[in-house]
Amino acid sequence: MGDPSIEESKKVVEIIEKSGADIIELGLPFSDPIADGKVIQRASERALNAGMNPDLFFDLVSELNVKVPLAVMTYYNLVFKRGIERFVRDCSTAGISGIIIPDLPPEEAGDILRACRKFSVEYTGFVTPITTPERIEKAVEVSTGFLYIVSRLGVTGGTTSISPLKKLLERLKQYEVPKAVGFGISSPSQCEEAISMGADGVIVGSAIVKLVGERKYKEIEEVLRKMKEGCLRGLKRRIE
Amino acid sequence: MKRGWYGKYGGMFVPETLMPALEQLEREYRKLNRDSNFKKELEMYLQEFAGRPTPLYLCRRLSKELGIKLYLKREDLVHGGAHKLNNTLGQALLAKHMGKTRLIAETGAGQHGCATAMAGAVLGLDVDIYMGAKDVERQKINVYRMHLLGANVIPVHSGSMTLKDATNEALRDWSASVENTHYLIGSVVGPHPFPMIVRDFQSVIGKETKEQILKREGRLPDSIVACAGGGSNAMGIFYPFIKEEVELYAIEAGGKGIKKDEKQASHSASLCVGENGVLHGAMTKILQNEYGQILETHSIAPGLDYSGVGPELAQLCEDGRVRAEMVCDDDAISAFYTLSKKEGIIPALESAHAIAYVLKNADEIGELVVVNLSGRGDKDVESVARLEGVSF
Repeated sequence: MGDPSIEESKKVVEIIEKSGADIIELGLPFSDPIADGKVIQRASERALNAGMNPDLFFDLVSELNVKVPLAVMTYYNLVFKRGIERFVRDCSTAGISGIIIPDLPPEEAGDILRACRKFSVEYTGFVTPITTPERIEKAVEVSTGFLYIVSRLGVTGGTTSISPLKKLLERLKQYEVPKAVGFGISSPSQCEEAISMGADGVIVGSAIVKLVGERKYKEIEEVLRKMKEGCLRGLKRRIE
Repeated sequence: MKRGWYGKYGGMFVPETLMPALEQLEREYRKLNRDSNFKKELEMYLQEFAGRPTPLYLCRRLSKELGIKLYLKREDLVHGGAHKLNNTLGQALLAKHMGKTRLIAETGAGQHGCATAMAGAVLGLDVDIYMGAKDVERQKINVYRMHLLGANVIPVHSGSMTLKDATNEALRDWSASVENTHYLIGSVVGPHPFPMIVRDFQSVIGKETKEQILKREGRLPDSIVACAGGGSNAMGIFYPFIKEEVELYAIEAGGKGIKKDEKQASHSASLCVGENGVLHGAMTKILQNEYGQILETHSIAPGLDYSGVGPELAQLCEDGRVRAEMVCDDDAISAFYTLSKKEGIIPALESAHAIAYVLKNADEIGELVVVNLSGRGDKDVESVARLEGVSF
């Protein structure tokens, strides 16, 4: 949120809903986003330069006119600085139903989980292709919304293959929690692949953020429609 | 105490991708730390390659002038010109034993980058160094040194293009390369187990100091003074003295003094004026704005120019065991001249902060004082000359 400008952010979210997204992840920008690749780093810098901050973020989100569930993705220091309870309460008040914090492992998530239970906000844990079985258990345990499946090692964005994903999804079959695949998802065929392998959803970040930064709103619609079609093809393949 | 925490500070605030690497690192470190062959090998490198033990030197002229006995722990005489190599040799050897073939590191002024490149070269490991694009421009000689030592320097163009951005980028690289790469962090910062590992490798400074001062003076010093950016030279000399009756002073960069600003701090005094928060994987004292965005910092000494500080040092200050104080740019520069002219030692601008504190407060810190002279000032000659209007 805040890129390409604070006013345009609301419009962008509405376009994304219109294009078929089932959940919308809203980024609250942090000065030092260590889990993000170049595209989201640049977008975060632009948003911060435009004056984006958590107060403004919650105001903007409250004014959104969308029906799909919203999730906030941010880094732990912004949550901690605001006060964990206050942050979660503000999410709840603004209509945000899920919280995603990539730099908060389950070990350190006790306080935020308590606050999430109190204000009925969902929390998301992460697993990656090299997560150990013990850590998968922990991630599943904290995930009340969905489980974030990191498709491959590295940061968000980029175009490298998501091939380690298949094995990972097989290892996760036994868990009932909904599984959404992210990091490097940029094409309809990747969406099809991920869903056919057993994912319940895909998370498209950098591919859209890049277009938002370039104000290519028409293309956002097209890209998202094609990705959604990819997902549906994947689902069909899985059922067959 | 919770694993990886020092009271209120510490922890492991990193993306899940990095957790297996941190767990492996802790496991292997605890194993190798007890392994006498590993210890012997490291000791050999520290003696024969790094030049340890370093002398504890009595400043005769300054002592007389100040009316105290002032000793310097001469880390400036370690190969490479600073204490940094104690840590890079230890971690590089650890990485090699873990079967990693590549080292990555962040560097600000290039001192830690050079020390990593040296350790990588001597142990036959590939080295990639992340350095803010602004620093690459400001520290051309160190960039070239790293290049001579066989390392690859990668300029970082994101954010403020300085140390914190180089650290972000190193963490990002590591999350894609954990399987064959060790992230050789340069200070007692970052997620557990790094603050512990770096402290242990640097505590050779304090162990030697203890032996040397007991031999020379027959007693422990009244106080020990060290500069603190991330805090590795401070933790290194303090650690063996924590349970002793010795006053410990961590001197931070007061820069141009404390002013309020949303984007930029005019200092790097995270212990003195920072607030609790999470930066680069640890809960610690950090310089941040009201929303938790990390502030850019300022110091004349590039090695102190950092928005965070080691979590253990933050806790020691919180407990009142270590006293955190500030010294501004001008006083540090003046100490830089004083030590050069009166003792024939050109100190690093970082270490000049510790010297400056002693020069100003000699009547309050006891009669027997040790300063950790963490680095030599050759690297700063050009920037000090520039202040005088001299260019080369």
